[in-house]
Amino acid sequence: MNWKRASLAGLVAVPVIVLFAYGLTRDPRDIPSPLPGHEAPPFALQVFAPGQPPLARAIGDTVRLAAMRGEVVVLNFWASWCLECQTEHATLSNVAQQYVGKPVHFVGVLYNDDPKSGTDWIAKMGGQAYPATIDPHARTAISYGLYGVPETFFLDRAGQVAYKVTGPVSAATLTRVIDSLIVAVPQVAR
Amino acid sequence: MNQRSWVAICFAMALLVAAPLGAQSVADSILEARTTAVAAELRCPVCQGLSIQDSPSELSQEMRGMVRDQLRAGKTPAEVKAFFVSKYGEWILLTPTAQGFNLLLYILPFVLLLAGAVVIIVVVRRWTHTAEPVSLPPTDSP
Repeated sequence: MNWKRASLAGLVAVPVIVLFAYGLTRDPRDIPSPLPGHEAPPFALQVFAPGQPPLARAIGDTVRLAAMRGEVVVLNFWASWCLECQTEHATLSNVAQQYVGKPVHFVGVLYNDDPKSGTDWIAKMGGQAYPATIDPHARTAISYGLYGVPETFFLDRAGQVAYKVTGPVSAATLTRVIDSLIVAVPQVAR
Repeated sequence: MNQRSWVAICFAMALLVAAPLGAQSVADSILEARTTAVAAELRCPVCQGLSIQDSPSELSQEMRGMVRDQLRAGKTPAEVKAFFVSKYGEWILLTPTAQGFNLLLYILPFVLLLAGAVVIIVVVRRWTHTAEPVSLPPTDSP
């Protein structure tokens, strides 16, 4: 093979190899959400599991995004059939308790599951600090572009989606993002 | 009033009752056809390469319900698709729009096909032009 043929073959092969190599470094499940930086979709979700004082809400209460204006909201989608949700459950509950008295709301949203299973799961996991809500027909989940559970959305004080975590969320991520959102000055009034 | 008149009145009343039901049924089937068409263009978020029309997953069923509701509310198919793109990104479209970087997806196959054809032509020409004439071994004459 002469040098001309070798360089021609290289010219064709190298971009293909680079393309495949780049593809192998990417997680096909990690699809960027278009929501961060945009206004958070409104929701009104009914509480089925009250949570624990002082974060408790009565069963049947409606948790509305509009009622939490000017405060940080951590919206966590979960299900009782989701194994990864078990990993993050204690972390979310503990961090929610750490932020009692600060302008932060934690809201759990049951996805593709029934409240009875959700209530049993919470009891099995040793309780949950913040209220859990139901999302009939997954309308809120779809409006947040949900792919699966767990997924956690951080809404800033201006009512925008600031950050999204796919998969179990860590305590470090929770505190880092919440702290940054608490100190951030709202740029857009809700 | 004779028997014929009674039959005619009953028939007319039956038509009056049935007509709106028939119109409703036609409207429902048109809405269902439009829902199917839009749902066939949206990717199921929890499947591999299936549309929300073909996927049996619960999320896809709920998304189909949302498509139906939005069409019923008067949104156009383009507006419904734009809604899902605003939530999931362009990824949700099974057929990417022919704009910007996506244009590569449409152009590249033709470019590669053309390049392949050029390579084949060049190679075949080279073969035919450089082929050595076959010389037959001398034969002994009797």
